[in-house]
Amino acid sequence: MNVFLETLIGGLLAGTMYSLVAIGFVLIYKASGVFNFAQGAMLLFAALTFVSLREQGVPTVLALLLTVLVMIVGALLIERTVLRPLVNRSQITLFMATLGLSFIIEGLAQGLMGAQVRALDLGIEDVPLFFGEIMVSQFDLVAAGTAVALVILLALLFNKTRIGISLRAVADDTRAALSIGINLNRIWQIVWAVAGIVGLVAGLLWGARQGVQFSLSLVVLKALPVLIIGGFTSIGGAIVGGLIVGAAENLAEAYLGPLIGGGITPWFAYFLALVFLYIRPAGLFGERTIERV
Amino acid sequence: MTTSIPSIAAAYDEAPVTLLRRRRLLLLGGLLALAFALPPLLGSDYWLNAILIPFLVLSLAGLGLNLLTGYTGQTSVGAAGFMAVGAFATYGLLLRVPGLPLPLALLGGGLIAAAVGWLFGIPSARIKGFYLMVTTLAAQFFLEWVFAKFPWFYNHASSGTISAPRLELFGYNLATPAGRYLLALSCVVLLTWVAHNLVRSQIGRNWMAIRDMDTAAAVIGIPVERYKRQAFAVSSFYLGIAGALWAFAYLGTASAGSFDINRSFQILFIIIIGGMGSIAGNFLGAAFISLLPIFLNHAGQWLSGGHVDTGQLQNLQKVIFGALIIWFLVKEPEGLIRLLRNLAERLRRWPLRF
Repeated sequence: MNVFLETLIGGLLAGTMYSLVAIGFVLIYKASGVFNFAQGAMLLFAALTFVSLREQGVPTVLALLLTVLVMIVGALLIERTVLRPLVNRSQITLFMATLGLSFIIEGLAQGLMGAQVRALDLGIEDVPLFFGEIMVSQFDLVAAGTAVALVILLALLFNKTRIGISLRAVADDTRAALSIGINLNRIWQIVWAVAGIVGLVAGLLWGARQGVQFSLSLVVLKALPVLIIGGFTSIGGAIVGGLIVGAAENLAEAYLGPLIGGGITPWFAYFLALVFLYIRPAGLFGERTIERV
Repeated sequence: MTTSIPSIAAAYDEAPVTLLRRRRLLLLGGLLALAFALPPLLGSDYWLNAILIPFLVLSLAGLGLNLLTGYTGQTSVGAAGFMAVGAFATYGLLLRVPGLPLPLALLGGGLIAAAVGWLFGIPSARIKGFYLMVTTLAAQFFLEWVFAKFPWFYNHASSGTISAPRLELFGYNLATPAGRYLLALSCVVLLTWVAHNLVRSQIGRNWMAIRDMDTAAAVIGIPVERYKRQAFAVSSFYLGIAGALWAFAYLGTASAGSFDINRSFQILFIIIIGGMGSIAGNFLGAAFISLLPIFLNHAGQWLSGGHVDTGQLQNLQKVIFGALIIWFLVKEPEGLIRLLRNLAERLRRWPLRF
C-alpha cells in the first residue's frame, strides 16, 4: 500500500511539472487560437539564458530580471514577424509557423549559448522527506508549490486586472473585442510575454531537475497529452490534466510496465489521452465547438 | 441525320487545351526517359546514393502524407511511424516468406502499413483538428517503441537493426546503387501515377470536400468517417512503401530510430514547402529539403575555409530551416509549386503581356 501511495504521490507531484508547461500553451491558445509548438523551445531558451547569465557572474535576481526582459523582447519580435503577417490564416498554418519558430529558437539557443549540459542549482535540496512511512521528494513539493502559486497569480491577472479582462474578451470573441477597441496586437504581445515567463519558470524547474540541455525542449511532447485531457482552453484543465497524466504514468510504469517490457512512458500518456478523447472529444474542460455550414 | 462536324466554337475551345496537354505529356515523357537513363550518364555513385535516392523516397513519403493532410485535411505528425511499419513489415515478409518476389514484399509491407494506418485513423471519426494531430503523435511514439522493444520485428539481431536480406528482381541484382535507384524510381513513378488519378476520382473529390469542411461534406451525403479512415489507410500505404525504400534502397540498414519524430516533421515540411494538395509539389519540396542541408554544408565550408564547426553549422541550418518555413507560410502558403506555376505563367506571356 505504501509503495502504491508513494508512486501515486510522486506521480501527482511530477504531474504539476507537466502542468507548468501546459499552462504556457493554454495561455496562448486561449488568446489567439495558436497551438504553440514552440513553447518547449521557449522553455529551453529561457533556461539557457538564465544559466548563461549566471555563469557570467550575474547575480541571481538580476539574471532572472534580464531573462524576463529577454523573453518579453522575444515575444514582441515573434508577434511582429510571425503572428501579425499570419493573422486570419487557418489554425493549422499558425501551428506550422510555430513549428518553424521552434526550429529557429532551438538553433539560436544552442548556437549562441552552447549545446553542452549545464547544471542549474536553484538552492533547493532534493532530499527525501518522510510523512509517516511515505517518502516524498522535497524538490517535487517545491515544484508543486510553484505551480500552485503561478496559477493563483495568473488567475488574479485574468480576473482582477484590466489587461486580464481584455485578454478574456479576446479569447471569448475576437471580433467583438476588436470592435470595442481592444488592441489585438498588444494583447498578443502580452500573452506571448506571459507565456515566455511561464516558460522561464517551467524551464528553471525542469532544468534544475534534469540539467539545462536540448532535451528540455522535448518536454513540449510531454505537455500535449496533458492538454488533450484538460482541454486546450482551460488553465484549471491543464492542472488537472497534469495531475492525471503524472499519476497514471507513474502507476503504469510501476505496475503495467513490467508486464509488457517496460519503457512505456513515451507513449502511455498519449494512449491515456486517446481514451479520454474518445469519451470527451474536446477534453475534460475544453469548449465544445458548434459547427455551422 | 446527325452532323459529324463539330461546331467551330467547340473546336476552338478545345484546341489550346489539347495542345497544352500534349506538350505537358511530351515534357513528362522526356523527364521520365531522362530519369530512367540517368545512372549510366552520371558516372559517380555519389549523386545516386546521397542525393537522388533520398530525394525520390522523400518525395514518395511526402506524397503519402499529402494525400492525408493536403487532400483530406487531417494533419498528421506520425508519418515516420507508418514508414517504420512499412519497413519492418517488408523486412519480415522477405525474411519469413521464402521465394517472395520483391515487388510483392513491398506491396505486402504497404498493405500492412495501410492496415495500421486504418486502425490509427479510427479516432478521426470523433476527433478533429489539433486533438486528432495529437493522436497521430501517439501513433508515432507507440510504433517507435514497438519496433525498438520487440526483437521479433528485427529478427533478434543484437544491434536492433534491420537490413535488406535480398534486393533482386527476376534474377537481376538490385543491390547496386543504380539498381536501388531504379527500384525507387519505378515505385515512385507507378505510385505517383496512381495518386494522380486517385485524387481526380470520386474518392479524391470526396477527400477534398472533407478537407474544405467536413460538416458540409457530411450534409451533402459523403460518408465522412469512412473516407477519413480510407485516407489514413491509403496515406499509410504510400508511407509504408516509402519507409521500406528508405530502409533498403537508401539507408541499407535501419532501426526504429531511423523513423523518429524528426523524420515526421521533415516530411511535414516537405509538403508545406512543396505545396499542400499538390502532387508535383511533393517533388519540389523533397528536392528542397534534401538539397538545402548539402548546400548549406558546402556554403559553410566554403565561407569558413574548411574550418567549420559542425555543431554550429547544424544550429545555423535549423535557424534557416525554421525561417524558411515561416517565410513560405507568410509569402506563399501554397508552396513552391505555386511559385513555379506563377513563373511558368509569366514565361508563357513573355514578352508580350496582355
